[in-house]
Amino acid sequence: MPKLKINGMLIEVEKGTSVLQAAEMLGVEIPRFCYHDKLSVPANCRMCLVELKNAPKPVASCAIEAGEGMDITTNSEMIQKARKGVMEMMLINHPLDCPICDQGGECDLQDQSYGYGFDRSRYQETKRAVKDKDIGPLIKTVMTRCIQCTRCIRFGEEIAGTADLGLLNRGEDVEIGTFVEKAVSSELSGNMIDICPVGALTSKPYAFTARPWELKKTETIDVHDAVGSNIRVDTKGGEVMRILPRLHEGVNEEWISDKTRFAYDGLKKNRLDVPYVRSKTTGKLEKAKWSEALTSVAEAMRATSPDKIAAFSGDLADVDSVVALKDLMISLGSPHIECRTDGMRIDPSTRAGYIFNSGIAGIEEADSLLLIGTNPKMEAALVNARIRKTWLNKRLPISLIGEPVDLPYPYEHLGTTAQDIEKYTVKDSQKPMIIVGDQIFSRTDALALHAVCRDLAEKIGCIQDDWNGFNVLHRHAGRVGALDVGFVSAAPIKTEEMDVVYLLNSDEENIINNCNKNAFVIYQGHHGDLGAHRADVILPAATYTEKNALYVNTEGRVQMTRQAVFPVGEAKEDWKIIRALSEELGKTLPYNSLLALRARITEEWAHFAEIDVCPQEEWGQFGVTGVLLKSGFKNTIDHYYMTNVICRASKTMRACVDKFYPKKTKTKIKKAA
Amino acid sequence: MKQFLQSLLLIEICKGMWLTLKYMFVKPRVTINYPHEKGPLSPRFRGEHVLRRYPNGEERCIACKLCEAVCPAQAIVIEAEPREDGSRRTTRYDIDMTKCIYCGLCEEACPVDAIVEGPNFEFATETRDELFYDKERLLANGDRWEAQIARNLETEAKYK
Repeated sequence: MPKLKINGMLIEVEKGTSVLQAAEMLGVEIPRFCYHDKLSVPANCRMCLVELKNAPKPVASCAIEAGEGMDITTNSEMIQKARKGVMEMMLINHPLDCPICDQGGECDLQDQSYGYGFDRSRYQETKRAVKDKDIGPLIKTVMTRCIQCTRCIRFGEEIAGTADLGLLNRGEDVEIGTFVEKAVSSELSGNMIDICPVGALTSKPYAFTARPWELKKTETIDVHDAVGSNIRVDTKGGEVMRILPRLHEGVNEEWISDKTRFAYDGLKKNRLDVPYVRSKTTGKLEKAKWSEALTSVAEAMRATSPDKIAAFSGDLADVDSVVALKDLMISLGSPHIECRTDGMRIDPSTRAGYIFNSGIAGIEEADSLLLIGTNPKMEAALVNARIRKTWLNKRLPISLIGEPVDLPYPYEHLGTTAQDIEKYTVKDSQKPMIIVGDQIFSRTDALALHAVCRDLAEKIGCIQDDWNGFNVLHRHAGRVGALDVGFVSAAPIKTEEMDVVYLLNSDEENIINNCNKNAFVIYQGHHGDLGAHRADVILPAATYTEKNALYVNTEGRVQMTRQAVFPVGEAKEDWKIIRALSEELGKTLPYNSLLALRARITEEWAHFAEIDVCPQEEWGQFGVTGVLLKSGFKNTIDHYYMTNVICRASKTMRACVDKFYPKKTKTKIKKAA
Repeated sequence: MKQFLQSLLLIEICKGMWLTLKYMFVKPRVTINYPHEKGPLSPRFRGEHVLRRYPNGEERCIACKLCEAVCPAQAIVIEAEPREDGSRRTTRYDIDMTKCIYCGLCEEACPVDAIVEGPNFEFATETRDELFYDKERLLANGDRWEAQIARNLETEAKYK
C-alpha cells in the first residue's frame, strides 16, 4: 500500500491506484478530458498534468501509478501554466460556437476553460474543419468540435464491444470516424453522448430543443427492460425532454441502453388522454366522462358471474396497481388473475427460482457462465455489458444454449435444444453462473425446463452458502413485482371463456386475440395500442414518468419511479383508477392514499419496505420434472427497438428499426474463440 | 443685519417677480410639440425590442437562449428545434412586454446582436394582449427599425 503526499496531504492508497484517483479521494480536483473511470487510460489530453517532485517535467496524473513516497503538487504556478498551455492548444481548433452547441452549459471544455482558458486567441491562422459523420439516427456529430479524447472509441471497444469508431490519420489531420460510412450499431451507443466531454457527439432527437439550465431533473427508474436502470428524467414545462443515466454501481453503473434513453418521445405520442366507451349503437369508441366509463365497467362486472371475469397485468404494470387489482378481484370473488401474459410459464412458488439471484453486479464475481435460452444483448443490454466487462477482466468461459446470436464476447455454442443442457460441464469453477432467459419459459415444457435448470445449477455448484449463481433474466419491468405479489393463477386461464377481461397495461397479442368476441374488454393503460383497439372501455392511465410507483427489477430489487410530469389530459395514476372502480362496484378498497396502499403491500410482502436492496433469497424447490420437447429454443425479440407500447409510439425507435433492420436479416454467428 | 434688510425690503420676492415678468416678454421654448416633434434620444436608449436579420434576410437569432436565461423578469420564452437545413432556430420567441423591465441584459447577452432594444418608445396599446410580442412581431419591428439600430450599434461598438 503506497503512501504518497498530494499538496502536502498524506494518503495511503491501494496498489495500482493512479495519482488522479488518489487526488480525488482527497478531494483535490484535477481537470481531465480523456480520463474516465470506467474506461482504459490513454493519457492523450494532457490536461491532468501535475508536478512530481524530482521529475524533470510535469506528469499526466491519470496514467501514473501512485508510488511510495511520491510528492505531488497539483496547484503550483508551473502546473497552472502547463494546463493553460494545454487548454490553449485544445482551443486552437475548437470552434467558438457554444451558443448553438447542445453541450453548452454542461460542457467539460467550457467549464474548464473558465479556469484555464485565455480570454482571447493568439492564433491567427485558419482553423481546421472536419466533415461531420453520419453515424445513425441517434447520435448527431459536429466533428470540428472534437478534441480527440478518444472516449467514444474506447467506449465502443471496451464497454459496447462494437469497434465502430476509430481514430483516422495523424497529427493535424487526426479525426474520429467510422472508416466506412455506417451507423454505430450498439444498444448502448447513446452513452457516447454522455461521455463526450465536448459537443462533438450530441443527441439527435434532443437537438436544439432545450438547455440544461431550464430543465427540471427528476431521479427515477426505467421500465423498458427488467434491469431497472437508474435514470434522471429532464423535463421542461410538463414535457419530458430527455433521459440520462444515474450512477448505480449495482445495476447500470453509469450507462443506459438506447431504448431507455431515446424512447421518451413515445410518451408524448398516441396517448390515451380521456376515457372511451364503445357505443352500443355505432360500435365505435367514443369519448366519455370518467364517471360514465367507470359505471359501464361496474355494470358489466356486476352482470357477470365472478368466475367469468379475468384480469391480466402487462409488461409495464407497477406493483401498486397490481396489488390493488388483485385485491379488487379477490373482493369480487374471481380467481382469474395473471401477469404472465406473454405465455411465460414460470413457476412462481420460490422467489429464488425466478429472480437474478447473484445480482447484476454479481456477474463480475462469476468465473464461468452458461446462457440458456436468452439473448442478453437484446433483452437486457446492461446485463450484457456487465458480462462483457467480466469477460474482459478475466476471460471467463461462456457457453450458450439457444439460438446463436451476435454477442460482444466469444462463447461456445452448445446447441439449441433442451437436451443440450445436459451436455454442459464446467471445470475448476468456484463461482459458476447460469443465466436463464425467457425463451425457455415461453415453451409448453417450461416447468420441466425450469426443473432441469435448477438441477443443473445444483449439479455444477451454483448454489453455495455465500453464492447463488442461478439467475433468471426477465424482459419486462412489471413481471417480477407481479410474481412477488402473487398475481398468478394456478391453472392457465381460458381467456376465450371469459365474459369480462380486465387488461392492466397489457397489450399482448395472444391474450387479446384469444378474447371471446362478445367479451367485455376493459383496457387500462397509457397508449392506444393493441389493447385499446380491442377494448370496450378505455381507462387512461399514467406512464412511468407520470406516477410514483414501485417496480421490481430482475434481481428482485424493489425500486421506485418518481413523478416527473403530470399525466396527460384526464389520465390518472393506475392504482387510483382501480380504487375508484372498486368504489363504483361497492367493494371499496381500504386505502385512500398511496401511503396506505404501500402499508398494505408491505404488511403482506415485507421486502417491499426496503427500496433499492438486492435480496438474498433462500434456495428451494421449483419446476416440475417432466418430458422435454425436442424442438430448439426460439428468440423472443425480433426488434430490439420495438418491445413495448412506448417504443412502438416512438418516432426515434421507428427510425432505428428502419436503419438497423432494413430487412430482417439473419444475425451473424460468432464462433467461439 | 443684511438678512434683516433683505427680508424687510422683500428683495427675494422682487427678484422672483422680475423673473416671472421677464418670461412674459421673452419666451425660450421649454416644451416640444409632441408627437409632431420629438426630443433627442441617446443611441443607448432602451426601448421596444426588435429581432434583427442579416442583410441577406436570414434571421440572426440562433436560439442559444442566453437572453431567456439572463432575463431578470423572466419575460422571454423561447422554443427551438432544428430547421429543415439543420440550423438551430427558434420556433417561438415571445416577450411579455408587461413583464419586461427594460434593463437591456438581453441585448448584452446576445452573441449575435439579434435581440436589441430599439429606439422606439411609442408602443402603447389599448389592450394588454397586444403587449405579448411573438417572433413575427419582433422580426417586423426589426425590419422597421433596422437602419437606426444598425447606426446606433455602430456608434456604440467601440465602447462595448
